[in-house]
Amino acid sequence: MMDLGLFFAVLGAAFATFFAGIGSAIGVGKAGVAAAGVLTEDPSKFGKVLIFQLLPATQGIYGLLVAFLILSNVGILGEPKDVTLLQGLLYFASSLPIAFAGLFSAIHQGKCSVAGIGTVAKKPDQMGKAIILPAMVETYAILALLISILSVFGVANVNM
Amino acid sequence: MATDYTYAVARIRSKELSLLSGHDIDSLLSLQDYKSCLRALSDKGWNFPDNCDISQVLSIQTEELWELMDELVKDDNSFDIFRIRNDYHNLKVAVKAVTRSVSPDSMLLKHSVYPSSQIVAALENRDYSQLPDVLQEPAKEAMASLLQTADGQLCDIIIDRAALEHIYRLGTESDNEFIRQYAQLTVGCANIKTAVRGFKTAKNGEFLKKALCHCDCLNVDALAAAAIKGIDEICECLSGTMFTSSVPYLKISISDFEKWADNYLNSLMQEQKWDPFTIGPLAAYILGKEKEITAVRLVLSGKLNGLSESLIKERLRDMYV
Repeated sequence: MMDLGLFFAVLGAAFATFFAGIGSAIGVGKAGVAAAGVLTEDPSKFGKVLIFQLLPATQGIYGLLVAFLILSNVGILGEPKDVTLLQGLLYFASSLPIAFAGLFSAIHQGKCSVAGIGTVAKKPDQMGKAIILPAMVETYAILALLISILSVFGVANVNM
Repeated sequence: MATDYTYAVARIRSKELSLLSGHDIDSLLSLQDYKSCLRALSDKGWNFPDNCDISQVLSIQTEELWELMDELVKDDNSFDIFRIRNDYHNLKVAVKAVTRSVSPDSMLLKHSVYPSSQIVAALENRDYSQLPDVLQEPAKEAMASLLQTADGQLCDIIIDRAALEHIYRLGTESDNEFIRQYAQLTVGCANIKTAVRGFKTAKNGEFLKKALCHCDCLNVDALAAAAIKGIDEICECLSGTMFTSSVPYLKISISDFEKWADNYLNSLMQEQKWDPFTIGPLAAYILGKEKEITAVRLVLSGKLNGLSESLIKERLRDMYV
């Protein structure tokens, strides 16, 4: 049962990294394609479009952070610990908010960044406004990250 | 898998900055003469050699437009709807040139879907199987009608109707809303203009039915019947269709109706400015660039022929940017 608990905890860490990472890869990739289109015509906008491309990258980092927390709490990183089946399942459940909110928010933030890149290509002076719109999508990734982190710490502090 | 236009649209957004705005055209119009206009165009980034004529200045822009589109949308026939007009123009030229034994070369248009040389060679050899499938029937029919009746107008009608049917089919087959609307507007406007001209030249119902192209945006049979009666009846046919708002313009003149149609298309094009993923913005750019070329042609020709600013301005349309 201890082994199964550890398995689910690691599965949770894998979910957080894998799904949030996929979302970021898609979002950053889409924004990168649009950025390349603008740079072909106007290389001087590199700095501006790079910021838009990096916006959807954060979800992958959030997933990584949650995975690190889970791995260190269950003893995969650092001192070995006993993990019950229930604890393992709870760690797995803790990873789900950032895994799925990260996946979808990164994809949609990427689309929003593409639109922002189009705005900056035509109106570079509207950079501030254009960046706020994709940044709003980040809110939901942050909310998911918060719940995942609180849950991971909560599971670690619960005696079972 | 659907084609991804993200890169192409982002590039087009940058390219749109170099399109001439309505303000730029007004500035061009206020310049003294033809040479000052050429200098202003050169300052705006238009490339052309010294001492070239209007057609060269404009053909360089058309070349650059289609080179860009070929680069952005490779191995794709998405823009056939804009190029196919040139094929039917070339077919018309070839039919008339072959029957009159003159060279068609100077009248053929480039940037067509099929090579113009293929069309001319097929008609010279009277071998219609050399033609693309879609051009075979209209070519046969137009050639037979021209040889039997020597009626150039009838020949034009056969080919124009085939062109409209082709544009309409390409539009309905497209999965892009803007291209579908473009096809509806093009075919609908052509039908309305034919009906009005048909009434003014007292054409009979049979002629009108032959000239009008079926489309979902208009009741073509009702339009043909109305075209025998009068302009008011034609206007009545348009109520409840996408052409309702064109009625006041149509009552004034065909050129006012054409202006309405161009400005209506421009309003559809404006919606493409906030679409970052589909082919719509590329199609809107092609039409925007063509509008720009037409506007510059009007201004340069007007300046060259000493026309007044107001007379040229009357014929100008809203610009895309």
